[in-house]
Amino acid sequence: MTKLIVLYLLLLNSIPVLAAETATLGARLYSEQCAACHGADGHGGVGVPLALPSFLSSVDDDYLRGTIRLGRPGRVMPGFSKLNNSEIDAIVSHLRSWPHKPSSAKYPHTRIRGNASLGKPLFEKYCAACHGVHGEGGHGTGVTMSRPRNAPILAPALNNPGFLAASSDYLIKSTLMHGRAGTPMTSFLQQGLNERDINDIVAYVRSFEASSPHPSATLLESESPILVQVSTYTLEQTVEKVKVAVGAANLRLIRVQNLDQGFVPKGKENPNQVIVYSCDFGFLNEALKVDPRVGLFLPCRITVTKHGDKVRVMAVNPKRLSRIFNNAELNALCDQMYQVYVGILEEAVL
Amino acid sequence: MKTLLAILVLALGMSAHADELMMARITQPFPEAMQMLQDNIRFRDYTISRVQRVDVGLQSGGFQTAEYRIVFFGRPEEIKKLANEHYELIPYLPLNIVIFAEGDDTLILAASPLKLGEFFKNPVLQPYFARWEQDMRSIFNDLKSVDADLKK
Ligand code: HEC
Ligand code: HEC
Repeated sequence: MTKLIVLYLLLLNSIPVLAAETATLGARLYSEQCAACHGADGHGGVGVPLALPSFLSSVDDDYLRGTIRLGRPGRVMPGFSKLNNSEIDAIVSHLRSWPHKPSSAKYPHTRIRGNASLGKPLFEKYCAACHGVHGEGGHGTGVTMSRPRNAPILAPALNNPGFLAASSDYLIKSTLMHGRAGTPMTSFLQQGLNERDINDIVAYVRSFEASSPHPSATLLESESPILVQVSTYTLEQTVEKVKVAVGAANLRLIRVQNLDQGFVPKGKENPNQVIVYSCDFGFLNEALKVDPRVGLFLPCRITVTKHGDKVRVMAVNPKRLSRIFNNAELNALCDQMYQVYVGILEEAVL
Repeated sequence: MKTLLAILVLALGMSAHADELMMARITQPFPEAMQMLQDNIRFRDYTISRVQRVDVGLQSGGFQTAEYRIVFFGRPEEIKKLANEHYELIPYLPLNIVIFAEGDDTLILAASPLKLGEFFKNPVLQPYFARWEQDMRSIFNDLKSVDADLKK
């Protein structure tokens, strides 16, 4: 009997302790893994806002867990496949600790019966302006902060395999019926659609799953990490030719420096490792609007080195790098930058 | 249905991982965050070789907060040795961290140096990448915890 009581007391004590631990773990993981994009308080940034009461009351935990685990391939939000279940649950509890009307929302995972071919024209009429004709989402992601945007919150991609796998039909339906107060996403019942229309739209959104991933969810194939050309000219001549090629590619020359400049005393730099920096500011600004993180590989940089008696002209391969941003909108820009680099390298050794 | 989900999960698993790109939000204005970053890089025994501005024309392009810099750093001897012995690494040297303002906060980000191990498989190089990864993570974690303390 005493044993039982002790056990009971232990249990009583350990429950609040466990809850407190989960809360700290959740807060810590959120600040480590999510705050950079979604904001320290969940108000958004590169990512959409998560602290909106209308959002928190209308999605179930399955959706949150699935979204964290799978991410949104090609739409910036990474998948957190290395977090274990209790870590993910802790993050979900942290999101749930923000003020919102608690809801017992738990959507069944069964399909809603609707007619996708009737849903298609409705989607094109009512949704495509924000979510894109193929559900590929707005240009750019998240909320307007420092960047110029044409919407306060950019519409997420609905054709995204991560979104489709994490959300049930009933969750999508509920979002369409009620909208999300505080965002551009309004209630479509209020827009004059009836429940049958909404079911048809849900069926259409679900049908994206059957089509092969849209380009907005694909990432460029892996390739060599660097681009290289061997030059038959001297190092000095090659540097001059790079400068000319940079100008011909309409880039503005920013600076020519040795690799070790700033590391060794002035005058002691190794003359055989030269970096030519240049930039197309129009391009740069476009790229930063799409994804403010691309500065990581800017400004444009061509390296000329002499190693033994071989003179090489090199650059990073932007196509190889585009993957780490998980942003399919950057694919075209990285491809463009790749063409520019290849052009400069070829011309420099001609 | 179960198999479909399993296949999806597998396919997704190959795409994007959270840890290829390190990101942190510092809830401090840009100048303070920049100071914290530079102090921490130096504290870890790295030399800052240059701070590059990338924000020319941003404000006129409609950006409200335009501070955007790249901090280049490394250990001089290490950069010299690697550049001489592994020319193919040079386009990725020295190390760098991007720092920019977002409203009243500041974001920092860097590519995970372990990514270089995927690019350059030479076993001789792996210990360098591993240490850079560790140091880079420490810098990010330090700034996050300093930031958390400042908020208290
Ligand atoms: C005026 C622009 C706009 C229109 C029109 C619009 N949406 Fe949205 N939608 C958004 C925004 C913005 C969000 C993100 C809200 C948030 O941050 O919580 C969103 C969120 C959603 C979500 C939740 C997805 C997620 O990842 O958060 C679904 C599902 C959705 N919309 C479906 C639709 C459908 C279907 C239609 C057409 C019937 C539609 N939307 C029309 C802007 C729009
Ligand atoms: C690199 C930036 C980034 C990181 C890190 C990130 N997210 Fe996201 N997240 C996004 C973006 C961008 C979207 C919207 C995708 C779109 O527009 O299609 C999103 C969408 C979401 C959604 C769906 C929101 C909705 O309205 O349905 C949830 C939930 C979410 N993220 C939770 C998290 C959590 C929790 C973490 C940390 C474990 C996290 N995210 C980390 C960028 C990020």
